[in-house]
Amino acid sequence: MIRAIRERWRQGYRTMPYPEQPPVLPDRVLGRPHLDPSRCPADCHACGEVCPTAAVTRNGGLALDLGRCLFCAACSRACPTGAIVWSGDWRMATRTRKATVVRGREIELAEALDTRLRRLLGRSFKIRQVSAGGCNACEADVNVLSTIGWDLGRFGIQLVASPRHADALLVTGPVPRNMQLALQKTYDATPAPKLVIAVGACAIAGGPFAGHEEITGGAAATLPVDLFIPGCPPHPATILDGLLRLLDRLPAATR
Amino acid sequence: MAGVSLAELHNGFSLPSSEVPRCGWDELCTEICTHIGSGARLAALAGRPVNDRLEVLVVLVRPEHGTLALGRAEVGARFASLTPACPAAHMFERELAEQWGVVPDGHPWLKPVRFHRSYRPGHDAWSRAVDDSILPCVTDFFRVDGEEVHEVAVGPVHAGVIEPGHFRFQCHGEHVLHLEIALGYQHRGVERALLAADPRRAIHLAETLAGDSTVAHTTAHCVALEALGAGQAPPRAEAIRAIALELERLANHVGDLGALAGDVGFLPTQSFCGRLRGDLLNLTALVCGNRFGRNLVRPGGVAFDLEPERASELGARLQEILQDVRGALELLFESSSVLVRFEGTGSVSSSLATELGLVGVAARASGLERDVRAELPVGMYRFAQVPVSTWHTGDVFARAWVRWLEVQRSAVLVSDLLAALPTGGLATRCPAPRGDRIAVAMVEGWRGEVCHLVQTDPGGRIATYKVVDPSFHNWMGLAMALRNQQISDFPLCNKSFNLSYCGHDL
Ligand code: SF4
Repeated sequence: MIRAIRERWRQGYRTMPYPEQPPVLPDRVLGRPHLDPSRCPADCHACGEVCPTAAVTRNGGLALDLGRCLFCAACSRACPTGAIVWSGDWRMATRTRKATVVRGREIELAEALDTRLRRLLGRSFKIRQVSAGGCNACEADVNVLSTIGWDLGRFGIQLVASPRHADALLVTGPVPRNMQLALQKTYDATPAPKLVIAVGACAIAGGPFAGHEEITGGAAATLPVDLFIPGCPPHPATILDGLLRLLDRLPAATR
Repeated sequence: MAGVSLAELHNGFSLPSSEVPRCGWDELCTEICTHIGSGARLAALAGRPVNDRLEVLVVLVRPEHGTLALGRAEVGARFASLTPACPAAHMFERELAEQWGVVPDGHPWLKPVRFHRSYRPGHDAWSRAVDDSILPCVTDFFRVDGEEVHEVAVGPVHAGVIEPGHFRFQCHGEHVLHLEIALGYQHRGVERALLAADPRRAIHLAETLAGDSTVAHTTAHCVALEALGAGQAPPRAEAIRAIALELERLANHVGDLGALAGDVGFLPTQSFCGRLRGDLLNLTALVCGNRFGRNLVRPGGVAFDLEPERASELGARLQEILQDVRGALELLFESSSVLVRFEGTGSVSSSLATELGLVGVAARASGLERDVRAELPVGMYRFAQVPVSTWHTGDVFARAWVRWLEVQRSAVLVSDLLAALPTGGLATRCPAPRGDRIAVAMVEGWRGEVCHLVQTDPGGRIATYKVVDPSFHNWMGLAMALRNQQISDFPLCNKSFNLSYCGHDL
């Protein structure tokens, strides 16, 4: 017991200052891309040709769909004029699928739930995570939010064991056909009102498995999705940003 | 020579397909059993349709020679099962049956593995019609009869943040008589896609085979492609790959040890390790910008360098983390309330582990010296020798203890590699695969050995891509570990193996 206390003392207080301060990310982390279509040379399709998931196109103006993007940076490396640059901005969550498409510097970040729903939730938000074909990377970066480093509990958010206790389902993975029924049943078992959060490229648009006949292409093929959190996997800060955005809990410094 | 009907191959190399001798199936089975009897183990069995027959390619690891042995035989619609003589083949034969619609006669428990249609329309091992629906885990389960025996079914959706799978327990009260594990919910069709692969997609499929083992799987994928194309990653790239692989091991082992502490209610170590795992993942992000090592390993080398300042920051932060890991784990292993829960729980004897063909941490915790970093070293491991960490008790304690030993050894290895990074380039161009060749790349990931077996057709296109995640060998180990345990010990036993669902389901 004494030893446990001594070790606790030695390890110290480890919860990070986010969201009061921006998260500290290593220099090579790719945040949300900034696009500058004015730099695109006529008839250049270098980005689209290298993209593994057809996330970036120039048809109808340079556009990059964060929902499909694996954040591999092949496009920015292929671009001869630097029209795609990675900003290091961790904020990427959106309320609609359309809003995940970047055309310039900004995107329409997720808005908070309406006041009625927020009042109903009060200060607690219970999430049931459902992995449906997830590779365990998104799952790990959701899980890490419960550790003392991120301490999800301080926001009243908790990952719960049963859909019966949940306000929201958080879906990861491309939803294989073999998992579709289980996902639907989990949703049905969740009491209304209920939200669905799609975390990661797979859950948003099938990720690297897009087009495989073994999958259904993400959460939206089965359920109505209320929050899209892009990334492969999204950084924990990106996931937490999305959740706090939904609940309107972000201080001005990181909003 | 590896015997009359087998060809010898070094890990990370390729050979012309024609050099792998063909023999009859029965002869091949005899050969496999002989080798296994003298210390070899089964690494992979892969099928490839040839006209209307199936060519089965086998890969054995022969640790005493430090080589692989390859053989092949053609089979028709039915053949005599290898499993009764070699239990380690049981999942492979079920997989062959499911993928190619062949029937291994005499297989003791021939069921689907992942619940998908056969890759050869018109061939189905269970005579299902093409329009019969195939529902995951709707199949026979082993049942124990008796008035007081009851069945407990868990999953696919579990209570934690964890991938889906179905577990069926046959219990007498709290006592587990038998556990049967049925997976397939995570099946995304990766192997099939790797055949057709859009070259832009292939590496991302490798990265997400098992997302917590990104570096292990991408390294195996790239080494196999390099072997087929006669490419070679430069020494600096090999060192960076090894550093990333060991960081992956460190993060997952530390995370698992924390979770094991949590499963027995020992909260200090659980919370310390939860944070430390994240800090270790951040070290990988320091190298390549992604906590799981995405975008780092590429055919021909690596995509990111470790400049001197970055390398020294990495080294310094690792030392700091390690000090906290040591504090957290000494607490764990000195706590009698923890040890009493770990010791004697979920035991797998070394003879059972050998019979089932277990690999990785699970094998080493049952006293088997199986670690391809030492047995079949490729890349940097040819120069940096890693001692194999084993323990003999085969229980939860052993699987925890082996992880702790490996944490210490991986940390030393990373420091050594950082201190002496080879100079030179990060990547060379990886030439296109040569035609009609077979390559095997095995990498010791944190769970155990990852095996990628790739065969090309005469035009250099990929004709067979077989992925064997260590979990494919080990799930049966977990099922056996649960026999005669309390059902309430399942989470603890499960975490002590911590196997991959998606790596199994592909
Ligand atoms: S970074 Fe995203 S958009 Fe760019 S090539 Fe990779 S997947 Fe495509």
